[in-house]
Amino acid sequence: MSADSALETITARVRSPFEGPNTTGNSNAFWTAFVLAVVGLFLVPAVSPGHVSDLTLFMSYAFLALSLCFIWGYCGILSFGQVAFFGVAGYTFGIVGINVGAETGALLGVVAALFVATLFAAALGYFMFYGGVRDVYVTIMTLVVALVLNTFMGQTAGSEWAIGDARLGGFNGMVGAPNRAIGTGSVAIDMTGDGLYYVVLALLIATYLGLRALVNSRFGYAMVATREDEDRTAMFGYNTKFIKLAVFTFGGTLAGLSGVLFMFWSPGGYINPDVFGITAAAMPVIWASIGGRTSLLGTTTAAVALQYLDQRLAASGSEYALVVIGALLLFVILVMPAGVAPYAERAVDWIRDGVSAKLRGDPESENENAPSNSEVTK
Amino acid sequence: MSVHDSTIKTTAAVDETGAGTNRILQTRGLVKRFGGLTAIDDVDFAVEEGEMRCLIGPNGAGKSTFLKLITGRHAPSDGSVYYDGADITDLDSYERVDQGISIKFQVPSIYPELTVRQNLRVPLQRVASRSEYDERTEATLEQFDLLEEIDTVAANLSHGQQQRLEIGMAMTLEPDLMLLDEPVAGLSIEETEEIAELLVELNDEGVAFVVIEHDIDFVASIADRVTVLHQGEIFTEGSIEDVRADPEVKRIYLGESGEADAEERAGPEADH
Repeated sequence: MSADSALETITARVRSPFEGPNTTGNSNAFWTAFVLAVVGLFLVPAVSPGHVSDLTLFMSYAFLALSLCFIWGYCGILSFGQVAFFGVAGYTFGIVGINVGAETGALLGVVAALFVATLFAAALGYFMFYGGVRDVYVTIMTLVVALVLNTFMGQTAGSEWAIGDARLGGFNGMVGAPNRAIGTGSVAIDMTGDGLYYVVLALLIATYLGLRALVNSRFGYAMVATREDEDRTAMFGYNTKFIKLAVFTFGGTLAGLSGVLFMFWSPGGYINPDVFGITAAAMPVIWASIGGRTSLLGTTTAAVALQYLDQRLAASGSEYALVVIGALLLFVILVMPAGVAPYAERAVDWIRDGVSAKLRGDPESENENAPSNSEVTK
Repeated sequence: MSVHDSTIKTTAAVDETGAGTNRILQTRGLVKRFGGLTAIDDVDFAVEEGEMRCLIGPNGAGKSTFLKLITGRHAPSDGSVYYDGADITDLDSYERVDQGISIKFQVPSIYPELTVRQNLRVPLQRVASRSEYDERTEATLEQFDLLEEIDTVAANLSHGQQQRLEIGMAMTLEPDLMLLDEPVAGLSIEETEEIAELLVELNDEGVAFVVIEHDIDFVASIADRVTVLHQGEIFTEGSIEDVRADPEVKRIYLGESGEADAEERAGPEADH
């Protein structure tokens, strides 16, 4: 009994920073499933080596999904141009890496890429939020930024468009970013195959847990309050413009990290302007909408699952992948406006309460928590 | 500063800012224009520390606009706002809140998707440490008769409960000056009486109030002094008895209903 309760105290203490009303999944059952899933993911290279490369790519994109979930789901900033930071980081990584070369180039490339993506987001965010741009205009501006970059990078085919040794290459793209290892001097970490997979997986878990702690902190409450009613929140003494700027900037860093990890995965260190295109720009919004934008885990899972679906459909040799995903998006938005995650949570609660009611022999409370449409569609 | 010489009606510098007096709030030559429409026209206004002041006037008199100039939601076209002797005209809303001003908006502005407890957490975490949250949340809810609704999602509260919750949230910041825009609109007689009692109680503790209200009986039950705003200007100021007895005040309330509905005509910008 005392050993049990001691264990309970310890797990509760370990869990507490990651839990709160701003995240779904606050139970022992959730964390047990989470740990099992993580262990499962770490075993993938041993059990199913054929999936390592794909999963590495999908998990790299998950950072992009998390960046949008963070800024849109928790702070109400719907950016349609998170890919701008993804792509800018990817190109910066390539340009620095190609010029410096080898694993030192990769290391400096990562630092420069994250720095440039963050700075870019901060500058864009500053002009938007301190300039009084709100709501749908933020969405339009961010999309335009991505499309402008798409057009601009597309016309860099000529040989005059080179930074040092790095040829930008227009729509043909830029090749040769050193992405096989990262380090300096005698210390180098392998960034290919299983090595890259473990790095991406570890970073993803750390980012997920870090964001969970952040959204349940005081700052998290300020973010959610800003999302719900900006004027009201300002009149409680919060500097809402700064809050939005900070959130948007950090979202840019995360999207940049996604771009950098993509470059490590990308065969031959290749990137082209399609990363700024409208299709690419729409994907994070689709992942967050389907997964549930207020759920970090829902968005992450949706990102991985939808890319897998996209790839399967594309592999069967046709262009209808986007049509299928678009139809899925419409279906989810019509049936579950908040995305899948809140419904999944309700369903789990419902089943669990049903089971425990059965065990207690108490049939009345069985349907108490049944998922109801009206509750969510407010 | 932009206190233009022509509008200064007193010469003493001390009077201009309210410094050295016990005026907690003072405006000088305050003007707000929306396009060609002057919603607030050269208003000099002052509230003493711990005073309970009501602001009345017909629809469109500019009352809400005036409050928004004090909170910093709108920037004035001309003139200055002083708080506790210091010029706050150029401060952002959130900085004014840090000085000790708090507001309840006209439309109940709570966070509809959060629970009552989470709603209170937003102002509370600015003034209290984590270990105090539960205790202070319960104390506030007790005071505002909402303890039973602690885990209710705010959207599911009644209108009166939402009004009380917002006043409770605004009071959590422990302001020295509280601005209330129609705190009893849509409330029952009993609820109105409860709010009146609560405000008088808080006022006795030293909080100064500026209350916009249409309900004259409610005004009479709480106010020391009443300021009547009409067409963006101060029409008259005095005790509630004097103002009530003033035939001119009756005339602007009853006679000129078609008169300038300044805020509404100014379009969405003038809205909450």
